[in-house]
Amino acid sequence: MRMEENRVHKKGEKEEKLRHLFWKRFRTNKLALAGAFIVLLLFVVALFAHWLSPYDPGQIDVQQVLQDPTWKHPFGTDPLGRDVFSRMIYGSRISLLVGFVAVGISTLIGIFLGALAGYYGRWVDNLIMRFVDVMLCFPTFFLILAVIALLEPNIWNIMVVIGITGWMGVARLVRAEFLSLKERDFTAAEKALGAKDFRIIFRHILPNALAPVLVSATLGVAGAILTESALSFLGIGVQPPTPSWGNILTAGKDNIEIAWWLSLYPGMAILITVVGYNLLGEGVRDSIDPRLR
Amino acid sequence: MGFYIIKRLLLMIPLFIGITIISFAVIHLAPGSPIDMATDLNPKATAEVKERMRALYGLDKPLHVQYWNWMGRLVVFDFGVSFSQDGRRVADKILERMPITIFINVVSLALIFLVAVPIGVLSATFQNSFFDKVTTVVVFIGFAVPHFWLALLLMILFGVQLGWLPISGLKSLNYEYFPLSAQIWDRISHLILPIFISASGGLAGLSRYMRANMLEVIRQDYITTAKSKGLSARTVIFKHALRNALLPVITILGLSIPGLIGGSVIFETIFAIPGMGQLFYASVMARDYPAIMGILVIGAVLTLVGNLIADLSYALADPRIRQ
Repeated sequence: MRMEENRVHKKGEKEEKLRHLFWKRFRTNKLALAGAFIVLLLFVVALFAHWLSPYDPGQIDVQQVLQDPTWKHPFGTDPLGRDVFSRMIYGSRISLLVGFVAVGISTLIGIFLGALAGYYGRWVDNLIMRFVDVMLCFPTFFLILAVIALLEPNIWNIMVVIGITGWMGVARLVRAEFLSLKERDFTAAEKALGAKDFRIIFRHILPNALAPVLVSATLGVAGAILTESALSFLGIGVQPPTPSWGNILTAGKDNIEIAWWLSLYPGMAILITVVGYNLLGEGVRDSIDPRLR
Repeated sequence: MGFYIIKRLLLMIPLFIGITIISFAVIHLAPGSPIDMATDLNPKATAEVKERMRALYGLDKPLHVQYWNWMGRLVVFDFGVSFSQDGRRVADKILERMPITIFINVVSLALIFLVAVPIGVLSATFQNSFFDKVTTVVVFIGFAVPHFWLALLLMILFGVQLGWLPISGLKSLNYEYFPLSAQIWDRISHLILPIFISASGGLAGLSRYMRANMLEVIRQDYITTAKSKGLSARTVIFKHALRNALLPVITILGLSIPGLIGGSVIFETIFAIPGMGQLFYASVMARDYPAIMGILVIGAVLTLVGNLIADLSYALADPRIRQ
């Protein structure tokens, strides 16, 4: 009875300390805070898009086609006279949606395969790692383009495809963590207690392996946003009239000599967003890095 | 060393098989058969004609038979005939586009290497200096910039506003009337922006990696020994630290090849360069399946070859690998 009490008490204390440590380090890291701020700002913009945008993003106004930025249209208008500022605000929704769902998919796949490879080792590990190697041979963009060409370019397909081409890094990370964690005492203890493999993997080892996955996922959102905008730019991503930062840039390319604002602003939005997520990811990584304790 | 080469080459075979399996699986994801796509707009295509086409293309056979037949043709470089209007052999189309893509990518790789390595070395040697901090920021932004956007901005700045560089194609319209010197400059000037865009992606990554590697090497014991021997800082850095720090860089360069090939789709399309990437994009838009499959496989194989060269160079440079 006494021992159990001590164990519970100690476990709670230690957990408390780890989280404290993380937040303390995170709070003092200015760049990480800047990243967090940008990410939160974007969430707010996407959530309140309806109230924040001055015009309806789909409202076509043939008399205002390709106008320079003015007070009335702070970012100018596009070839159909739609307000670019409003379209960009709604475009943030697409970026965030694609970013999170795609990363969600790739993280799930990566965790699953990495855990299996790391835990079971030998031929399972070999097979999965060969699969990773083969997938890494493909220029990712080629693969994504090919698959989306075969299915149709709608937002769900894009999310799934970006997800199934981006899991390799996570899988390797998780596998590495599992390879070391499965040698630890608590794993031996679980096995001695007769716990089934499934339970050991998902209930015990996995929570400890998740820290680098969090970093990878944050950085992955940035990558997914970049990929989605590139696809939309090429016309194989989100299709107009749905506004996406990438497809506004398509109009930018087509009107490159007369409408510089179509090229400048959406790109800046992408840049700032990606910088935000990168800073956040790096900040989280620095805050959980055990080597600096 | 020869043993290592053979071992390495053998490893390529399962990877190649894996590549073909995945490519095959990808292409057969398409809903509807390619026959339907090819005959959709043709009112004279009766069901009987479609059946004959299916038999002709072997699409009525079971999947694994189709795969085997396809593989058989692949290894003799028969990629089939393009579905698009010109109906030329896919292999021909790829072959005429490959040189320019390879050329641009090789020059980009060289550029990345030549620029990123000194930057990384200097950042490490003068850690936390102003130079280091500035480059860190620039590299960070470089990671976040969408490349097609950078291409657009540079096109606007150098092409439209300043008019210094051309923004599309490989040569100007009146190329034939130029004297030789102007022809040479014309060719070069058309390639400057594409190569820069292609290289900018890998630059950030490599300089960062070089810096980290260099920092690690500098802390090693043998560097301290060299310094206490009284060798000049220059000798220490160039002769001892650099050589060791450079080794993994070769692998990194090899690993960035798929990224470069994939990126070529974007800048070739933007700058209207008739390369493999642009062919891929056009084929994707036209749903030209044989071409898509062919380029997908070629792209992966090029990556495989690139990694092989990287590994062999690494083995050449680092004797420890060879056992």
